Amino acid sequence: MDTNIKFNTKNLDLFYGDFQALKSINMEIREKEVTAFIGPSGCGKSTFLRCLNRMNDLIDCVKIKGEILFDGKDINGPIDVINLRTRVGMVFQKPNPFPMSIYENIAYGPKCQGMKDKNQLDALVKESLTKAALWDEVKDRLNKSALGLSGGQQQRLCIARTIAMNPEVILMDEPTSALDPIATAKIEDLMSSLKKDYTIIIVTHSMQQAGRISDKTAFFLMGEVIEFNETPIIFTNPHDKRTEDYITGRFG
Amino acid sequence: MQAIKRKKRKETIIEGFFLICAFVAVISVLAITVFVFFNGLKPFISNSYPIWDFLTGVEWRPGSNMYGIFYMIVGSIYATFGAILIGVPVAILTAVYISELAGSRLGKMIRFAVELLAGIPSVLYGVFGLGIIVPYVLKISPMAQGESLLATILVLAIMILPTVVSISETSISAVPKEYREGSYALGASKIQTIFKVVLPAARSGIMTGVILGIGRAIGETMAVMLVCGNPIAGIPTSLFDQIRPLTTNIALEMGYASGVHQELLYSTGVVLFIFIMIINLAVNKLVKAKVGS
Repeated sequence: MDTNIKFNTKNLDLFYGDFQALKSINMEIREKEVTAFIGPSGCGKSTFLRCLNRMNDLIDCVKIKGEILFDGKDINGPIDVINLRTRVGMVFQKPNPFPMSIYENIAYGPKCQGMKDKNQLDALVKESLTKAALWDEVKDRLNKSALGLSGGQQQRLCIARTIAMNPEVILMDEPTSALDPIATAKIEDLMSSLKKDYTIIIVTHSMQQAGRISDKTAFFLMGEVIEFNETPIIFTNPHDKRTEDYITGRFG
Repeated sequence: MQAIKRKKRKETIIEGFFLICAFVAVISVLAITVFVFFNGLKPFISNSYPIWDFLTGVEWRPGSNMYGIFYMIVGSIYATFGAILIGVPVAILTAVYISELAGSRLGKMIRFAVELLAGIPSVLYGVFGLGIIVPYVLKISPMAQGESLLATILVLAIMILPTVVSISETSISAVPKEYREGSYALGASKIQTIFKVVLPAARSGIMTGVILGIGRAIGETMAVMLVCGNPIAGIPTSLFDQIRPLTTNIALEMGYASGVHQELLYSTGVVLFIFIMIINLAVNKLVKAKVGS
């Protein structure tokens, strides 16, 4: 088995009630790469992303068939979901800091796992914020509400919060779609610097973004993966006509 | 031209009618307030009974011209506080269970039961208290009767449930699902998410429910009258002591009282009124604070 493969899905089907949202997805996602999912709205890319840390558990009437192997183990089998989610973090489309202080937002996850030592928490908060390129902007107001930050800062806070768990994988669901171009550029820089430590999987509506930051790109359409390849190949020499149509803007 | 004028006059008349309807509530509250305060303050203004004796006295013996309500104020506050202490945690956990944990069918069933509880006439709570709770209290009580502060607290605790549950549930359900997702995605458990994220985020709404519950408990009369004992004197010192809340004092004697006795029952109403007003102001402030944030 190739040990560099972080996620490996085999014939993954997902149903919302009677509606099949994912059709036989087979994908290998490699460690410490940035993998981007692109495709028109409703194509299943976010749904697939949410399978990887079992966020779909929160939605009733979701049925999953097939396997999702994480480090070789099926995550829909008898595993500890909490443990999975500490190893596979997630950043959402809309920045969603908790209505508490900046410090508490970062310390929340580690505290939930039982970390109590104040010095240890302080150090972790600082380290996480530094890695998320936010420390200098917020170091003087760690005890102020996180809701007072700008949208871009909030999203970096959410990334910092995820990093604080020291996950192996970070899932990002259109993390910049609610942000202005400057904040977007900062997040993209951040992703490039994070990829040496983490496996990053990102859903994006912006093909330029996928082109700029990802190593591999998967094109989703109507619940299927049409094409999955090295990003430069997808964007310059796609093998499938539908991929080409999409990236050249002929539909979508 | 004439037609337009007529139409306009019709509109004005209808509008006026709406205004009158709207003022029914305003006029009522003013009338009640003026009436109660006018009668209630009379004995102190005309010096027929000293206000200090009224507010600090611990005996209510109309026959011997002793009208002290301090022990009633204490009884009312104890009963309300006790009901909040027991009822609020139960209500909040019920609200959490309905909105976060129960499946949709069980949740609906519990919510329906809580709504039914809200519709039960208060005298029936009293009858239930008298028939079930009072005998049980008597079994464990060192006193010779089961009517007591404890029985009152238990009845009131049940009575405030619907108010606190439904308002808490509304504000818990209004917590954005993004907070929950964020919490789960960080590896928090369901219970951790509820206590560390959802409830704090719903805090101001829950507080509003609690204060309305306090209002309900302090103003309740009929149910309490049947289970509290209504003694004529004595500050309660144990859960098994009888109490005589402000509300029941008025209800018990207003029917036959006259003269100073009657006026001092109105004065009891004034005290009750002030309590309720303080509570309402607190609610308004909380609701405003919520809109502000």
